[in-house]
Amino acid sequence: MSLVILSWSVTIAQIMLALAMACACVRMFRGPRAQDRVMGLDTLYINSMLLLLTHGIRTGTAIYFEAALIIGLLGFVSSVALAKFLMRGEVIE
Amino acid sequence: MTDATPDLPLWTSLMVSFFLLVGAGLTLTGSIGFLRFKTFYERLHAPTLGTSWGTGGIVMASMIYFTVTQQRPVFHEILVGIFVTVTTPVTLMLLARAALHRDRSEGHPEVPGSSSLTETPETFIDQKKS
Repeated sequence: MSLVILSWSVTIAQIMLALAMACACVRMFRGPRAQDRVMGLDTLYINSMLLLLTHGIRTGTAIYFEAALIIGLLGFVSSVALAKFLMRGEVIE
Repeated sequence: MTDATPDLPLWTSLMVSFFLLVGAGLTLTGSIGFLRFKTFYERLHAPTLGTSWGTGGIVMASMIYFTVTQQRPVFHEILVGIFVTVTTPVTLMLLARAALHRDRSEGHPEVPGSSSLTETPETFIDQKKS
């Protein structure tokens, strides 16, 4: 019984996170200006990180947590670099 | 999932399900708002639902699940939560400053003009001269 509840809720959460990733993707491809696209990429990597954590709950292994941590670290660096590029026109001055 | 956890207590699965659904639902709400809002400065607010309680809920569900199934305290998922909480305001403030800078340099009519104290030093000097 408890496994059925958990399995269904994990599936529903994965579908919700996939829809959230689709929304972020649409905004990233459609966004009228460059800052909208950078913001869409930021939302996309946050959502994919949460999807990996949820997949870790489904499979019961800890390897997906490490993948999620790496996505969080590198995504932050890429977002800061892109924002700096939008501000100044170059990343490293 | 079925072979890894043969006997999961009911309260554990209920709590994990609750936190998972709250986190995923808030993330979906934030992303839909991010898709639907009109201007960039409104859109900037929406995905923070996913980075605050969306991440918090899913991290908490993962912590509860692995603590129960591995029968020892598992807290390393809190690293993801702390990291996202710390880095999201930095990213959003940099992006908002960049967008404001771009809009002002193009003379966009909807953004307010620059106040001399918070602007870059070059424009501050220019305003003092004029």
